[in-house]
Amino acid sequence: MSVEEKVKAIIVDQLGVAAEEVKPESSFVEDLGADSLDLTELIMAMEEEFGVEIDDEEAQKLIKVKDATDYISSKS
Amino acid sequence: MNRRRVVVTAVSAITPIGNDAETSWTNLCAGMSGAGPMTRFDCTGYETTFACEVKGFAPTDHMPPKAAKRMETFTQYAVACAKMLVAGSGFDPAAEPERTGVVLGCGLGGLETIEKQHQRLVEAGPGRVSPFFIPVVIANMAPGQVSIFTGARGPQYATTSACASGTHGVGYAYTDIVMGRADAMMCGGVESCMTPTAVAGFNAAKALSTRNGDPARASRPFDKDRDGFVMGEGCGMLLLEGLDHAKARGARILAEVIGFGASSDAYHMTAPPEDGSGMALCMRAALREAGLPPEAIDHINAHGTSTYLNDLCETRAVKTVFGDHAYKLCLTANKSMIGHLLGGAGGVESVFSVLTLDRQTIPGTINLENPGEECDLDYTAGGTVQKPVQYVMCNSFGFGGTNASILFKRFED
Repeated sequence: MSVEEKVKAIIVDQLGVAAEEVKPESSFVEDLGADSLDLTELIMAMEEEFGVEIDDEEAQKLIKVKDATDYISSKS
Repeated sequence: MNRRRVVVTAVSAITPIGNDAETSWTNLCAGMSGAGPMTRFDCTGYETTFACEVKGFAPTDHMPPKAAKRMETFTQYAVACAKMLVAGSGFDPAAEPERTGVVLGCGLGGLETIEKQHQRLVEAGPGRVSPFFIPVVIANMAPGQVSIFTGARGPQYATTSACASGTHGVGYAYTDIVMGRADAMMCGGVESCMTPTAVAGFNAAKALSTRNGDPARASRPFDKDRDGFVMGEGCGMLLLEGLDHAKARGARILAEVIGFGASSDAYHMTAPPEDGSGMALCMRAALREAGLPPEAIDHINAHGTSTYLNDLCETRAVKTVFGDHAYKLCLTANKSMIGHLLGGAGGVESVFSVLTLDRQTIPGTINLENPGEECDLDYTAGGTVQKPVQYVMCNSFGFGGTNASILFKRFED
C-alpha cells in the first residue's frame, strides 16, 4: 500500500468516516469532524504505522490529509 | 408525609439473558441461565473459566461507529439502554433538558482500557498512551455519554459503591426528584469488566465460583453447595419521574418509589459482620422513610450472590428486621440466572423488581436444591409464581460494607 492509502486507512479507522470522504484536500477538523483528542490519536497512529516522530509543532501544521501524506513521505 | 411522589415510567436492560428488558424478564421467569464459557479473553490457566456474558450485542446497532469506538463496553451498554429507555417511555429528555438528569451506578468502570493502555505504556512508553484513556475509563463516562446522546442537562453523575452502586444510583436519582432538582431522572447501574485482572483478582479473593464443569448450575444463592458468585455484565435503567410530571404527560406508570435506605457495616473490607447488622440497618432505614412497618412487605429482591457469607448474613439480617414475618414474605435471587452484574446489579434487579409489581409475578430462584444452613426462608425456589404483590424491597450490599435498599410499591393513584 502507498503512503496515501495507509494514511487514508488510518483516518477511516480513527475517525469512523467513509473512505470516499477522505480526499487529499479534506481538512481533518472541518471536513472529517476530528476534535482535539481525535487529532492527537491520529498523529500517534501515524507515528506508529510509519515509525516516525511528529512533534507538537509539526503536528499543528497538518491541517489537511495532503499535509499529512506529504510530511510522512518526506520523512521516510 | 408531604414528600413529592416519584414513579417509574419506563425500564430498559441489557443482561446475560436478553438484550432488552422484555426478553430478559421473559427468560428470567422461565428460569434461563445466562452462564457459559468465558469468551472475552483466553482464560486458560485461570481458576474460573466461565461467566454470565451479554450475547450478540452490536454497539453499532445503537450508535455510529466512531462514537462506539470512543467508548468502552460498559458505556456502550449504558447508551444503548438509555436509547431504549427513551424510546419506550414516550418522553424526550431533550424537550426538558434542564429538568432531566442521569445517575448510573458503576463500580469499576473501564478496566479493559486500563489494562490495554497500561500495556502500551510499558511496551512503548508514556508518549503512546491514548488521549482517550482518561475519558474512556472513568466510571462516570457512562452517565456522561448518556447525557450527550439524550440531551439531558440536569444532575449527572455516577454512584460507586461496588455491588451496591446501581441501587444507590436509583436511590439518589429518586432523591434528586424529591428535592425538586429534576422532574425526570434516567437511572440504574452498569458494569462490564470481563477482563484478565478482574477475574484473576476476584479469584485471588476467593469470591468467584470455580464450578467450571457446570456453569449453568454454578450460581446457586442460598444453596448449601454455593461456592462463590458468577461474574456478569450488563445494564439496567429506569426512568423515574415526579408523579405530577408523569400524570401531566399521561405516562404509563409501572411502580412507585417510596423509600431508600443506605447504611455501612463499619466492619471489614469485604466480609459483612456475621449478624448482618449493617444490612439490617439499611432495610430498616428504607422502611422508615416509606413509613411502613416490616409486616407490610411481601417480597424482597435479594442481593443473593451465591457466596457463603453474603447469603448467610443476608438471611440473618432479613430475620432480624422482619422477625416472624420473614417466614411469610418471599424472596428471590435474580443472580441465580444473570450472575453478579457488580455495579449493574442494583440497576437490573431494580428493573426486575418494578416488572414484578407491574406484572404481579415473582420470578423464581434457580439452582436452590438444598437450602444452606440457616437458609430456611422462602426464596421462591419452586419456580416463578403469579400472585398479588404490593411492595418489593430491592437490596444490594457491596465490598467496603456499603448497603442500599430501595422500596417499590404497586402504583395506586
